[in-house]
Amino acid sequence: MGHLDYALLFIQTLNGLQLGLLLFLVASGLTLVFGILDFVNLAHGSLYMLGAFVCASLTFLVGNFLIAILLALPITALIGYGVERTIARALYTRDHLDQVLGTFGLILVLDTLAHLIWGPAGIAIPLPAWLDGQIELLPGVVIPVFRVLIIVIGLLTALGLMWLVNFTRLGMLIRAGASNRTMVAALGIDIQTLFALVFALGATLAGLAGMLVAPITEASIGMGNNVIITAFVVIIVGGIGSMKGAFVGAMLIGLIDTLGRSFIDDAFKLFMEAEAAESAGPAVSAMLIYIIMAGVLAFRPQGLFPPKVR
Amino acid sequence: MIGLSKSSFATLIVLALLLIVPPVLFWTGNAFYLDLAMRLVILGIVATSLNLLLGYGGLVSFGHAVFIGIGAYAVGIPTYHYFYGGAEAIATTNGFFQFGTAILVSALFAVLTGLIVLRTKGVYFIMITMAFAQMIYYLFVSIEEYGADDGLVIEVRSEFPLINLDDPITLYMVCWVSLVLVMLLVRTIIHSRFGMVLQGAKGNNERMVTLGYNTYLYRLVAYGIAGAIGGYAGALYANFSSFISPEMINWHVSGELIFMVVLGGSGTTVGPLLGATAFILLEEFLGRLTIYWHLPFGLILIGIVLFARGGLMGLLMSRKDDK
Amino acid sequence: MSAVLHVRDLRKSFGGVAATDGVDLEVVKGELHAIIGPNGAGKTTLITQLFGALKSDSGTILFNGRNITNEPAHKRAHMGMTRSFQITSLVMEMSVLDNVALAVQARDGSSFKFLKPARKIAHLRDQARDWLDKVGLGARADQPTVNLSHGEHRLMEIAIALASGAEMLLLDEPMAGLGPEESQQVVDFLKGLKGSKTILLIEHDMDAVFQLADRISVLVYGRIIATGNPQEIRANEDVRHAYLGEE
Repeated sequence: MGHLDYALLFIQTLNGLQLGLLLFLVASGLTLVFGILDFVNLAHGSLYMLGAFVCASLTFLVGNFLIAILLALPITALIGYGVERTIARALYTRDHLDQVLGTFGLILVLDTLAHLIWGPAGIAIPLPAWLDGQIELLPGVVIPVFRVLIIVIGLLTALGLMWLVNFTRLGMLIRAGASNRTMVAALGIDIQTLFALVFALGATLAGLAGMLVAPITEASIGMGNNVIITAFVVIIVGGIGSMKGAFVGAMLIGLIDTLGRSFIDDAFKLFMEAEAAESAGPAVSAMLIYIIMAGVLAFRPQGLFPPKVR
Repeated sequence: MIGLSKSSFATLIVLALLLIVPPVLFWTGNAFYLDLAMRLVILGIVATSLNLLLGYGGLVSFGHAVFIGIGAYAVGIPTYHYFYGGAEAIATTNGFFQFGTAILVSALFAVLTGLIVLRTKGVYFIMITMAFAQMIYYLFVSIEEYGADDGLVIEVRSEFPLINLDDPITLYMVCWVSLVLVMLLVRTIIHSRFGMVLQGAKGNNERMVTLGYNTYLYRLVAYGIAGAIGGYAGALYANFSSFISPEMINWHVSGELIFMVVLGGSGTTVGPLLGATAFILLEEFLGRLTIYWHLPFGLILIGIVLFARGGLMGLLMSRKDDK
Repeated sequence: MSAVLHVRDLRKSFGGVAATDGVDLEVVKGELHAIIGPNGAGKTTLITQLFGALKSDSGTILFNGRNITNEPAHKRAHMGMTRSFQITSLVMEMSVLDNVALAVQARDGSSFKFLKPARKIAHLRDQARDWLDKVGLGARADQPTVNLSHGEHRLMEIAIALASGAEMLLLDEPMAGLGPEESQQVVDFLKGLKGSKTILLIEHDMDAVFQLADRISVLVYGRIIATGNPQEIRANEDVRHAYLGEE
């Protein structure tokens, strides 16, 4: 039994924050689209993937990662808009199972298109030198500069979304739409445009997350397929349709998952044999966020911050 | 044939074809078709069990593949320990132990997750079933000893007295008989008093509760039964394929299972088998045309969702027959 | 005469708005007790609470002396209470006979039975047919429920309510959507049940209410403002002002 490594704890907390913010980017788009459009988009993960690939290609084209992100964002928004006009619109009136199955088919199509365009292998995105290094925040605490960037961008985006939803006219429409679709329509606001905008916004958020992750893990086919389930867990825990829930859920899941993986072995060793702890540890930490989800559901089946339904 | 409904007729034809054609092709030197048919039969079993939930119970489980995984590892893990030591309590190649474990653990997992999952509905239900399946996926990925995501090779097939599963034809017959029994089982359950309540709850849960039925319990039992059958199929699959991996529990597989049921017609006993057949044939056929077969496949799936209602069986039958 | 149903200070709020705001109610055995009130007064909410399908915030519900306030809805049928719905609630995918048979089956012991085909169990089917005959739907027994008219659906619901064997019926606007002839059919049927069953009836159709009710309670903004026999209610100033006067 050793002492608690505070440096490691700090670093892993920052990592948890980073993961949480990335999850928030993905989950916020998902929950926005579900909350306002009443649309379950399984292919949301594919938009995450496409964002990463587009950014990768642009980085090689333009030579600068940050400029590539700025260019890739509107492209991702356009892709989102394209998906909305073609597939999503056809499925709005259908029940959720049809939406799930339809967007499942869409994933296959988009994954194959990505394969055709970018090939089967993953694409690594080179970071500019100033982003590629490490930084010492506190004595003994060294983290990659890029992680700091992710956290900064993530927080700024979260604040931006909060401002958008709470203080702008569009945000008012979004909130109104989320709880009273007929009222918005009755106000003469063009629902079609509103929906297209929201969908494109969701796609952009997912794409941004993909772009931020790609330099760390490579842009690869199917990278969206696992993240989508984690995003589901986030919005289930937070409350489907709620931005606040998506944020709290994402931070919770990000922190628990990261800290769990690092410290569960040690925690188990407090009351278990070292050998047992080392076999049980990875298994339990792999399942941890789902166990948390089950726990939340057992007591609050609608999630932590369900939106008010009228 | 006189007195048989269209669906029963279709069932007999398909089962007869499955009984005769693949073994004959095997004996004439085409082992490939036997393998294909075995995969089809096993998927047919899983799809039939999913239909109990989906078609008759109205429960859209998007995590049903998890039971295939649990059943498969229930065969793989004991066999592994038998050969490589450790965990003496479960190290065995005994078929009864392995299949029994497959069924029991699957049923247990179904009931435990069902307790939570069945308190939700609609899109929550879909997402939560996906999440629980994903949980088990990550569980198996995290266990290095059983291969993690590289998968696990199964050295020998399950041992049973009198039945030698090493013989492909014997294994196929076991699968085929299992399919027939499972279809009969599901059909019997559906028409029983239990099945009536389950179907009533699908049609109008509020009404059933008013009549005095605790529909939550009925659904939980159905969930357990479907899980157990899925686990059994998983054990068969582990015997058929000497290699298993967590990828069997990938939610894509669960999605494909739903398609099989929806495609074949979710309100009939034979529908899921027809759906599984169509799916496998489509996969084979498209796969030969191009390595990018997922593209036309995805488009077909989207097309089905947008245009076809009632699936293949709905096309075969002009109205809802007694299934 | 004993109170079959005794409700004390029942409350339920939705996001700050009180739908049920302290309801006191007593229904005695064998009576037909009607609840009337303006739209939005909370009548359906009250019935849903009484049936246990909605959890009350506070208050007590006593059924034959037993406190059932927190008992789950599916236990009501076995206690002897059933309800009908404002919007017809039937299993549309099944036949008329299937629907009634399910009501009979619920009283026939546990349904955790997996072997015998339910549609071949003679005593269930026969009893179901009897109930359908009683409401005049015997000839339609084998039709898909979805083929029947709205009025016939209403009759089905009555058959099902009777088949459930409940001593107390909570009826939520059984005449809703019916024409004058069909309404009178239902009224006559309910008249025949008075005395043998205890009925709590929510209705807008004043003609039917005054034909049927032994007593009437008036529900306004989630509260009962008056209870009495039809003449008393007709004469009551508060009621005229709050409700009848508005017509």
